[in-house]
Amino acid sequence: MEIMVALMIAVMTGCGVYLILRLRTFPVVLGLTMLSYAVNIFLFAMGRLRADAPAVIGEAANYTDPLPQALVLTAIVIGFAMTAFLMALALRAWGEFGTDHVDGKTVEQDATDEERR
Amino acid sequence: MSVLFAIVLLPLAGALLPRSLQFMGRHVVATAAALPVLAALLLLFLAAPAVIGEGALWQASLPWLPGAGLSLAFRLDGLAWLFALLILGIGLLVIVYGHYYLHKNDPGGRFFSLLLLFMAAMLGVVTADNLILLVVFWELTSISSFLLIGYWSEQSAARKGARMALTLTGAGGLALLAGVILIGQTVGSYDLGTVLASGDLIRADALYPLMLVLVLLGVFTKSAQFPFHFWLPHAMAAPTPVSAYLHSATMVKAGVFLLARFYPALAGTDLWFVLVSSAGLATLLVGAWMALFRHDLKGLLAYSTISHLGLITLLFGLNTPLAAVAAVFHIINHATFKASLFMAAGIVDHETGTRDIRQLGGLRRYMPYTAALASIAAMAMAGVPLLNGFLSKEMFFAEALDTPLYGSLNWFVPLLATLAGMLSVAYSVRFVHDVFFGIAPPALQAHQPHEPPRFMRVPVEILVVLCLAVGIVPALLVGPLLAASAAATLGAPLPEYSLAIWHGFNLPLAMSVVALVGGGLLYHFRMPLFTLQRRWPKPHAPDVFEHSIQQLIVAAAAFVRFVDNGALQRYMAWLLLPVALIMLAVIGSKPDWLGDHSMMPVDGLAILGTALAVVASLATVILRRQRLVALLLISIVGLIVSLTFLRLSAPDLALTQLSVEVVTVLLLMLAMYFLPTRGTIESSRWDISRDLFLSLSIGAGIGLLALFVMTHPGETISAFFIENSVPGGGGKNVVNVILVDFRGFDTLGEITVLAIAAAGIYALLENLGLCLPLYDPDGRRWAKERYPVVLQVISRAVLPIALLVAMYILVRGHNMPGGGFIAGLVTAVALVLQYVANGVHWVHARVPNNYHPLVAFGVALAAVTGLASLLVGYPFLTSTFGHLHWPVVGEFELASAMLFDLGVYITVVGATLLILAKLGKLSVVESGEGN
Repeated sequence: MEIMVALMIAVMTGCGVYLILRLRTFPVVLGLTMLSYAVNIFLFAMGRLRADAPAVIGEAANYTDPLPQALVLTAIVIGFAMTAFLMALALRAWGEFGTDHVDGKTVEQDATDEERR
Repeated sequence: MSVLFAIVLLPLAGALLPRSLQFMGRHVVATAAALPVLAALLLLFLAAPAVIGEGALWQASLPWLPGAGLSLAFRLDGLAWLFALLILGIGLLVIVYGHYYLHKNDPGGRFFSLLLLFMAAMLGVVTADNLILLVVFWELTSISSFLLIGYWSEQSAARKGARMALTLTGAGGLALLAGVILIGQTVGSYDLGTVLASGDLIRADALYPLMLVLVLLGVFTKSAQFPFHFWLPHAMAAPTPVSAYLHSATMVKAGVFLLARFYPALAGTDLWFVLVSSAGLATLLVGAWMALFRHDLKGLLAYSTISHLGLITLLFGLNTPLAAVAAVFHIINHATFKASLFMAAGIVDHETGTRDIRQLGGLRRYMPYTAALASIAAMAMAGVPLLNGFLSKEMFFAEALDTPLYGSLNWFVPLLATLAGMLSVAYSVRFVHDVFFGIAPPALQAHQPHEPPRFMRVPVEILVVLCLAVGIVPALLVGPLLAASAAATLGAPLPEYSLAIWHGFNLPLAMSVVALVGGGLLYHFRMPLFTLQRRWPKPHAPDVFEHSIQQLIVAAAAFVRFVDNGALQRYMAWLLLPVALIMLAVIGSKPDWLGDHSMMPVDGLAILGTALAVVASLATVILRRQRLVALLLISIVGLIVSLTFLRLSAPDLALTQLSVEVVTVLLLMLAMYFLPTRGTIESSRWDISRDLFLSLSIGAGIGLLALFVMTHPGETISAFFIENSVPGGGGKNVVNVILVDFRGFDTLGEITVLAIAAAGIYALLENLGLCLPLYDPDGRRWAKERYPVVLQVISRAVLPIALLVAMYILVRGHNMPGGGFIAGLVTAVALVLQYVANGVHWVHARVPNNYHPLVAFGVALAAVTGLASLLVGYPFLTSTFGHLHWPVVGEFELASAMLFDLGVYITVVGATLLILAKLGKLSVVESGEGN
């Protein structure tokens, strides 16, 4: 199971990193979301993996580590706020600059590049 | 020893006075500036019998940063006393002189305040008994001199000169700091006394050459030694009192002071000899040569100062005690004659309106008294007998003859010394003859200059009298002072020396005669030399300096453009590159990835889930341009993540992830609707390989790290939380108890962040005008039927049930999986569903649509709950709980932490709705139709 989780973390991290390096806002937001998943599972996994041992007193014979869970719980919500913020930023940038590209080039530069091709 | 503090602090405290008394008029300002200096000078003389008479060492110290070896430690020995005398004595004269020099419109308060600040800094440098403290004051002299040079800030020359001086002396100061720290590290103490006593230790250290070079960089920049001499002539844009004070008597002497101060610790090696004496010799000659050709009076004096500083440096570099004595003696003499010459130049400028030698002449007829004073001072500078300059120059010649270390090249030192002496005579003659003798140019005759105000001359008179008196009766006047300061410099018994004027016919005397006669001839036949000089290319130092600074700025800008080209990819790549490198190092270290911690067994469901997540993740990347598909794929990943949490004993996380998933997808769909679909651009091949490298190495590294941790046992502090959850927090769900109780402060911070993010998003989207697309990416027209009836009916039916479930999750959260975060998200999802199904107008007609107060109320409720515990005397956010017996319901537990959780709930609901409703409203506002 540990190997499975590690594999998931690895793939999600890699995909997230690749996506946030793309040139347009939408994949960057997707990448950040993906990276949040990976980070959350990573943090959660720091408490080691256990089945059927929720940290609810009296529900199980022994309990998994509740601390990473508490940390990750708030991280999920904050991650949503962060994704939303980035999305709002992307929309604002689209409204202000008329482009959803994040490669640092202005609309005019894009147009000249287009012509050159 | 508070006297010692008072000597430094009086000018420092006094620096406040002139500026704040400016409104009271010029006389008050000047008096206020002079009084603290006078007081400090009197205190200094009180110390004279002990320090100069008996050779005592006064010390005073207050701890400042003891851990860093820094203390406010001051010392007063002969050397410090001598410099303090120069600083305070000439400072007082300069204040008197400056009062008459400054124009009525010049802000005198600022001038004198800066002057006193500089004075205090300079006193600090010479009396500091701690190396770091010394550097602190050293920097302060650089800064205050920058302000003084740039006093007439409206002049471009003043600004450029000031900037150049600051850049050079500031850079030197940094080098000095580095050198001093190395010395302190070697010796083990920054205490000056200890350092001076550890000369052998320092000189034997392997880093000695580095220390020496760093300290000398500080010295050479400050004392304008070749090749750092070029800033000094351009610092002459300063008002003349500043030039007389900083650039003849004090600041430029700080460098040579440091040579004297560190003499016992650093001198005595061949490296010292080579570096210091050759820099001094080069400066001596270059300065003297350049001085001869200056047409600006102050420029001439500036280069002459450079030359004399070179002479002092050369003497220190010769590594003999006698040369050091001569150097100290020349410091005294140079300060007196050069300060008076600067003041005389200032008087000429003040009365004629020009400092250009070519436009001056015959001033003897208009200001005979000033002419006489300037002539005497210039003779001292030339080294004419019966004046103080002669004595130290004679000592210098004697030492130059005695150079032991250049081997067969020894003869050229006295030769070059004589040559420098000739040049010095020539420019001194030029200074006097071209200004005061000959015939006044017609323009000057029309101007009819006259003698300056009485008291503007007094400082010059005092200094000139000193030049004469020291020249005639040296032993009587400066004998004890020289002995005390030279002894303090050497830190060893004084060598035999004689301050007599007449030593009989000897080689130094012959050199003096040659210099005098040769200098006269040089002046007489100067015209061919001037022609020769004119042919040489003359780089204008400020231009060269500004040009190199500009080039530096251009290079820096190019570097910034390279790193910061406005492209997100570039920033992210720079951030991720170190991460990738660390990950590669981690992978390269090849630890035991699979530890012996007992692993969970794998089942088919787990494999299926993992495979789904992996495939969906990769597919998201590949199909990212088909946005709806990518969105569906990423929500599959999110779903698997929440199932993973569920499987691995984290029901709270699974619930949270699931509800966040819903709002995230809604958010992305809304955004997707607005964002343009056209305009696809391709990354370059190089960019793609860079991104592949980064993502592969980081992904692999993080995955392996996670695997390593998961398969190795570790310590955890969670036992405490599990044990104390019920007795301490009154709840069985440990995760929730941690959130609202043990780590409640964190949670409070977290919901605050949430509230701030919501407010930020609101601000970003406020007044945003986006074009509403009429067609979907495939060119089909969006449906006109915006709110399908089926969805409307179902959503309205679901709302009360969903709210009930949310309440249940909220209330049970303390004991069962649930809590404020999850309940808040569920409520938000239920309400957002109404927006989706029925439209903004429909919802806002029924539900209060102002979510800002809701968010604020939620955060405030959580905070107030925490504060309540303060009222009853417990720390912030301490919780309490009790049990209630409700009829029908039965035993019911009530904890104050639940109120806190309610705050969390309200914040989450408010923030989520604030964000989504604002995004959703964009479409309504723009299309103008709505429901």
